[in-house]
Amino acid sequence: MTNRPPLSLHIPEPPARPGEAPDFSHIVVPLAGEMRRPDVTEAESAMRDMPYGLIRVLDDNHQAVGPWDPRLTSKALLHGLRAITLTRVFDDRMFRAHRQGKTSFYMKSLGEEAIGAAQAMVMGREDMCFPTYRMLSWLMAREYPLLDLCNQIYSNERDPLRGRQLPILYSARDYGFYSLSGNVGSRYGHAVGWAMASAFKGDDKIAIGHVGEGTTAEGDFHEALTFAAVYRAPVILCVTNNQWAISSYSGIAGAEQTTFAARALAYGIPGLRVDGNDFLAVYAATEWAAERARTNNGPTLIELFTYRASGHSTSDDPTRYRPDDEASKWPLGDPLERLKQHLITLRAWSEDQQEALVAELTDAIKAAAKQAEGVGTLGQSKPNVREMFEDVFKEPDWRIVEQRRELGV
Amino acid sequence: MPRMNMIQALNSALDIKLATDPDTLIFGEDVGYFGGVFRVTEGLQQKHGVTRCFDAPISEGGIVATAIGMGAYGLRPIVEIQFADYILPAYDQLVSEASRLRYRSNSEFWCPITVRSPYGGGIFGGQTHSQSPEAIFAHVTGLKTVIPSNPYDAKGLLLASIEEDDPVIFLEPKRIYNGPFDGHYDKPLKTWAEHPAGEVPAGHYTVPLGSAAIVRPGKEVTVLAYGTMVHVSAAAIKETGVDAELIDLRSIVPLDIDTIVESVKKTGRCVIVHEASRYGGFGGELSALVQERCFYHLRAPIERVCGWDTPYPHAFEWDYFPGPVRVGKALRHCVEAVA
Repeated sequence: MTNRPPLSLHIPEPPARPGEAPDFSHIVVPLAGEMRRPDVTEAESAMRDMPYGLIRVLDDNHQAVGPWDPRLTSKALLHGLRAITLTRVFDDRMFRAHRQGKTSFYMKSLGEEAIGAAQAMVMGREDMCFPTYRMLSWLMAREYPLLDLCNQIYSNERDPLRGRQLPILYSARDYGFYSLSGNVGSRYGHAVGWAMASAFKGDDKIAIGHVGEGTTAEGDFHEALTFAAVYRAPVILCVTNNQWAISSYSGIAGAEQTTFAARALAYGIPGLRVDGNDFLAVYAATEWAAERARTNNGPTLIELFTYRASGHSTSDDPTRYRPDDEASKWPLGDPLERLKQHLITLRAWSEDQQEALVAELTDAIKAAAKQAEGVGTLGQSKPNVREMFEDVFKEPDWRIVEQRRELGV
Repeated sequence: MPRMNMIQALNSALDIKLATDPDTLIFGEDVGYFGGVFRVTEGLQQKHGVTRCFDAPISEGGIVATAIGMGAYGLRPIVEIQFADYILPAYDQLVSEASRLRYRSNSEFWCPITVRSPYGGGIFGGQTHSQSPEAIFAHVTGLKTVIPSNPYDAKGLLLASIEEDDPVIFLEPKRIYNGPFDGHYDKPLKTWAEHPAGEVPAGHYTVPLGSAAIVRPGKEVTVLAYGTMVHVSAAAIKETGVDAELIDLRSIVPLDIDTIVESVKKTGRCVIVHEASRYGGFGGELSALVQERCFYHLRAPIERVCGWDTPYPHAFEWDYFPGPVRVGKALRHCVEAVA
């Protein structure tokens, strides 16, 4: 030791822990409509203010304001509201199904439903989404069959993934929804490669990839952004910043120092920071990035600023690490409520109609769940065990054939 | 028939695929304009265009990840990892993604990618230019692993690998890129010009995955080897005069179990030779398979001649490398063993 002052190691801590009052005073919420909307052909170097702002369309009076208003029809807005509502009601139902022992695991998207719903509407049917496990609203917006979701969650005889995957790790190629996996971040680069392939073939399809803010710390994040930038891949790379990675707050992923959108700057990619609880803002920003990609202007990084209102999963108790009323104090509100109020303001919707919608969707989900339960819940029904040995390779090799026989199937 | 060394044979395979399959493309570090640090992709960019054969950032994880995405799209990417020692940053992609994509998606998605990588020692490559990582891939369900030992097989196996709809790790023994090497480092270098397998058809042909080759028939002992060790074993057999049956496995996964079992049942003895370190090496799996299937035919314990359980050293190259002396010793030991 010399006589220099001792160094100190900095460990970021969230502003509030259990038993303390939630504190979001560090979060700056700019007014809706304030952010400029650059032309999609604008050079990245001219857009370096964007990652530090927050693109917002819906104001405090539930009006759509400013240059990012995507000017959607009521029909489109209602489609979005329906997908968000469906996701929420479905999540509740399946969370309870887990507590009743009907499945081993579940993860809710509570508070983040606007993201997948809006993006599923922006992206084309031939485009491909490389989602995280918290993107159910994409499938809901594209009307993926509820029965197939339930069957997958129950791993029963009709499970589209033949009992091989953990609940909610869906794969739905026809719905532009890439195969999920439990390990985080490892599909971010696949989105880039898929987009490079489309460009290589001279096609017109684009890709959209997702990670959470916690996963930006993985090497996959850096790799994907590097490749996307180098080859100007027609891809949209999203970071859902929901403030929490299981129990670690976003500061542990680097949020104290800068925004996640701003990480794009170092790669020479435009970075947009978007109110993730504002359906219209998510829609508009994704539309902008999609147009940029489609016109060979390259990738965009979008940070979707939101809040994970539920626990991380059915295996998590968030009251152990954050105030239990933190979600209710989140300054950007609730995506469902905000979109609903906007539609009410437009006189295109009412509380009664929302109530009727919830009832209708609840019935549909109940019916699907009941039908799936009729096939069987976890352990009560499963695909033929032969399925365990299939699809390891295109054709099984001798080991797999022998082992299947060894099991007697 | 044209004569080629292994580099030219591999280059010929890649050239044929680029010319005939518009869904193939090649990328990796230094493979584009420069033609690769071992010249395997030489001339391909000039001939087929920059989008068919291009340079990649120094990011093995990124190279394999983007290849998987391309494969899911419908392309057949062929990527290069400059040295097998540097494949580990991509290990998560290979293990967690490439190998499982088909299984976990019920064949909605799959990735017909080929990952080429020079491997093996004998070149004073030290710790990070000499390793033989085949065992860490053999243990991964859903990956195929191929290792040629001569120019003819290199071209035919590479063409077969590229045409596979499953992901293939294609390990190229860099010590024998230019000529066969039998471990006699103090003797003059040989080239493929003298070797019958240096005759390589100019056009398209395949050597199917999962088919071993009997390099030398014999009655006294079966030798299982692949890559450079095929040549080392051949030298040891010649020098000891043991009438050994030498089998070049050619692919680790899928493995040609029938050829192995048939041979060991005939000879009653088995010596396994690989460069990779012994403990947990692929020789352990081979030994178990032979023991399980040929137990009542075995007349001696199965022997393994492998790299030592140390990192691959620099100055001790020839103390580490399983050369013909060590292989010969094991052969004699095995055939002289009396139950």
